[in-house]
Amino acid sequence: MIETIINFALFSMLVATALAIVWQDRLFTIIMLSGVFSLLTAMLFVTLDAVDVAFTEAAVGAGISTVLMLGTIALTSRGTKPASRSNALPLLMVVITGAALVYGTLDMPNFGDPAAPANVHLAPHYLTKSIEEIDVPNVVTSILASYRGFDTMGETAVVFAAGIGVLMILSGLHRRRRKVLSREKDTGEKRAEGEDA
Amino acid sequence: MKEHHLILRVVTKLLVGTIILFAFYVQFHGDFSPGGGFQAGVIMAVAFILYGIVFGLDEVQRVFPPWVVHKLVALGVLVYAGTGVWNMMLGYEFLHYGSFNPEHMSHGQHSGILYVEAGVGITVTGVMVAIYYAFAGRTPRLGDDDW
Repeated sequence: MIETIINFALFSMLVATALAIVWQDRLFTIIMLSGVFSLLTAMLFVTLDAVDVAFTEAAVGAGISTVLMLGTIALTSRGTKPASRSNALPLLMVVITGAALVYGTLDMPNFGDPAAPANVHLAPHYLTKSIEEIDVPNVVTSILASYRGFDTMGETAVVFAAGIGVLMILSGLHRRRRKVLSREKDTGEKRAEGEDA
Repeated sequence: MKEHHLILRVVTKLLVGTIILFAFYVQFHGDFSPGGGFQAGVIMAVAFILYGIVFGLDEVQRVFPPWVVHKLVALGVLVYAGTGVWNMMLGYEFLHYGSFNPEHMSHGQHSGILYVEAGVGITVTGVMVAIYYAFAGRTPRLGDDDW
């Protein structure tokens, strides 16, 4: 009973935050509200007993991405531009996608259903044998780092690739400009080639 | 500027050490409680980002220079994959941590998990701080009223 009330409260706040984001046009407010949205999602994960996911959501969603978004609007602009076209087509797309998603959930097993496909194949092995085989109390860690160690290596490589990508896009220019400057200093030439902006 | 945000600067100085300590706790206590390399890496990065936001990019780059950050980005993946290759050199499969202690397979698992989580933590810290540097390095100085 108490869990239903908590879930209901969290979901209503989630919807309220989403509506507030839609109606705002100051980007600073929107970013702060999306941080709130992430925190509420993290709380929902806690009520689902997925504390590891909640931890990540709170740290990455509410923490880092808010900071990076603030960094982005500091580079660009602080307000939304008025829409040049009508919103009818995007609205239609969103409604259709949302309806398809809701329709998709009808086929999903109920939360915590022991007969759900996810709970009958490998999960029982992990839950019953993990202490014996790995002897780590937190099953999430033993799955993440040992049973699914190869997956996690892929995830680390994805984080690596994402970081390298952002660095190449954002700081490649910086590096090149410095090289041009130092070459000018070496040869004492006047600025022959314009700084590419 | 120096006399500005006095409370923020004092609180930040108090908090940064605690945040780094908490990051290490999350990193090494991930076997027993929620957490692990990903979360610890983000928390570690947050300590430096907070310092950078309050004291400026130049100050944080004196503590944690960009070239170190860029090396860390690759080092973590190298530690992770290196653990796997090490297992192979000991005659087991890639990432079969049992090879670290063939008599007690679970002890070997503990070592393996420790190494790969360290790799994950290093890469995530590096990437997050590097992305922050990349953004902040291009940001024009904003006054408080610009927001």
